[in-house]
Amino acid sequence: MSMNRREFLQVMAVAAAGGMSLHSEMALAEKGAAKMYDLPKFGNVSLLHITDCHAQLQPIYFREPSVNLGFGDQFGKVPHLVGDNLLKHFGFKPNSIEAHAYTYLNFEKAAETYGKVGGFAHLATLVKRMKANRPGALLLDGGDTWQGSGTALWSNAQDMVDACKALGVNVMTLHWESTYGEERVKEIEEKDFAGVVDIVAQNVKTTDFGDPVFKPFVMKNMNGVPVAIIGQAFPYTPIANPRWQTPNWSFGIQEENMQKTVDEARAKGAQVVVVLSHNGMDVDLKMASRVKGIDAILGGHTHDGMPAPVIVKNAGGQTLVTNAGSNGKYLGVLDFDVKNGKIAGYRYKLMPVFANLLPADRDMQALIDKARAPYLDKLNEKLAISEGTLYRRGNFNGTFDQVIVDALMKVKDAEIAFSPGFRWGTSLLPGQPILMEHVLDQTAITYPWTTVTNMSGEMIKTILEDVCDNLFNPDPYYQQGGDMVRVGGLQYTCEPMAKMGSRIQNMTLRGQLIDPKKMYKVAGWAPVSEEAKNSGEPIWDVVAQYLRDIKTVKPVQLNMPKLKGADKNPGIA
Amino acid sequence: MNNQRRNVLKSGSGAAILGALAAAGIIKPGVALADWNKAAFEAKSMADTLKALGTEKPAESKDVQVTGPDIAENGAVVPVGVVSTLPNTTMVAILIEKNPNALAASFMLPAGTEANVQTRVKMGQTSNIYALVKADGKFYIATKEIKVTLGGCGG
Repeated sequence: MSMNRREFLQVMAVAAAGGMSLHSEMALAEKGAAKMYDLPKFGNVSLLHITDCHAQLQPIYFREPSVNLGFGDQFGKVPHLVGDNLLKHFGFKPNSIEAHAYTYLNFEKAAETYGKVGGFAHLATLVKRMKANRPGALLLDGGDTWQGSGTALWSNAQDMVDACKALGVNVMTLHWESTYGEERVKEIEEKDFAGVVDIVAQNVKTTDFGDPVFKPFVMKNMNGVPVAIIGQAFPYTPIANPRWQTPNWSFGIQEENMQKTVDEARAKGAQVVVVLSHNGMDVDLKMASRVKGIDAILGGHTHDGMPAPVIVKNAGGQTLVTNAGSNGKYLGVLDFDVKNGKIAGYRYKLMPVFANLLPADRDMQALIDKARAPYLDKLNEKLAISEGTLYRRGNFNGTFDQVIVDALMKVKDAEIAFSPGFRWGTSLLPGQPILMEHVLDQTAITYPWTTVTNMSGEMIKTILEDVCDNLFNPDPYYQQGGDMVRVGGLQYTCEPMAKMGSRIQNMTLRGQLIDPKKMYKVAGWAPVSEEAKNSGEPIWDVVAQYLRDIKTVKPVQLNMPKLKGADKNPGIA
Repeated sequence: MNNQRRNVLKSGSGAAILGALAAAGIIKPGVALADWNKAAFEAKSMADTLKALGTEKPAESKDVQVTGPDIAENGAVVPVGVVSTLPNTTMVAILIEKNPNALAASFMLPAGTEANVQTRVKMGQTSNIYALVKADGKFYIATKEIKVTLGGCGG
């Protein structure tokens, strides 16, 4: 179902008149829409925050996870809550528009009712509205902005760079941006962004002398209040992504240097210190408990659309930690009231961007249309129809990933397939055609090559254990913020609370236990080693070929590991 | 970035600088060789290495700090450092438990030297890194785990 904004509002009105159980205040059409985005001015320092839009310029559907497990200290805590547990924690009503905005609950029906989310033209309208009564407000971009679509890849990130400048981004930090290579990032910083957008990252240094690669922070004066924005790029970029793309840059969490940077900003007179972070929420929470003097960490990476900040106490007082979701679905608004050099109060709201409730900004839409025009034929190729919902997000698997591993096994004639546990990638509703654009939404990276490897059973276990530890290591500083590698063919049991080396159990293939000594044919993609450059055709070609052949994707059977020790976890539905 | 420093080193005059440093007595080539503890560097296990260095049960100390990444970016060149605030620290050794030969480096510190060393080590797998320090004739130890992963699959 696709309708324009006027039709949508009419449907809402009719639904309310007919006593349908749609949200009644929403049904008061424009008035309701106005209320949703009516956020009164507060204080004198305002920060608008976007993160992890993954190059989604157009409105999309996005299903939030039904599996986002936390263990140990993270058990049952934000962000490791899904579905009803999340609603209860934040005080939202079931079946409300908020329930749809922040959870997977009732996804298909709610997505049809409320329509698509995000889109830079709609986001631009919201940003303008927020700025209208917040003079001097800054727009901060947490990164993972330049990657995630066909057009971003083909334009070498130019479409996103132009869109961010038009949106009015003031400061940004990095993760996937680095996969365009050091030179390209520097070119954008020095040419496109010069005097307009500051790239900040206190934790990126040269590998030889440890010299800073970017400004560690910037100082902005907002209504007479000096505000420092410190950057924290994704600490594990050269590990989670190919190191050869940033051979001269070293990352890491750099907690000590973060403390030094905060102290330096304070010494220079900052009355508000904010970290624009791509650590991931668990890492941010730990960092907030150990570093003093940060007023707020505006976080991303783990794609947790958290409606309220977590307040972390530390030796210096307290730090707010937020996470603003993904795919352009939300705009975070953080207002501080600063009096006599001290923060007297704050307000935070994570606003969902419903495309039907926010008219498209004309200039932004024109810019997007122009950027997409040369690629439309390619993007719009209809590959197949999906009978079920296709999505990616979740700790272990998603239906779109299942399609990808199925495609790999079929096209590459492999008995096992691996697909990386990325958290980006949009969703499709039942009956929607799968266009080439949607396949690229799941696969558009600068190292898209497919691989076929003969691997021993022992090696397979080593890989699964390695990735599982990146996800479930009890110490957040050892977590990399992605999800478990998606697996086709192979079945296994996972015990997240076990030690590394014993989490993966009972691996079987067609009912037979995996033999550590035997060799298996394994297909995969997104290899990080330089030797694997151009190893096989890009993954999107493999998936497209598979989809063109089968024409209809039946509701897919998710290959999920059997979980041990997770039955009472509020992070699983 | 300080490109000037980088270019000076690249242009080959780096050798001259090193020579100057040696002449000034800042770097003493030969000191390490003279004190080369063959048995310690060839020992396999942690226990054998400690023994070869002259201790069996060093005391754990909070005055010794091992620095390094939580997860190595490149197992072939992992930056690690040791700082000791113990008075009269005369030796610092870096041991990597899971390496084929545990001892990766040992530094003899002349009197009056600040006990703050940095080096790069090679690691094949996730391991505890130990800093063994000799101060006032006694041995002290501290540790940190550094993870070496296969990479990929993130974010």
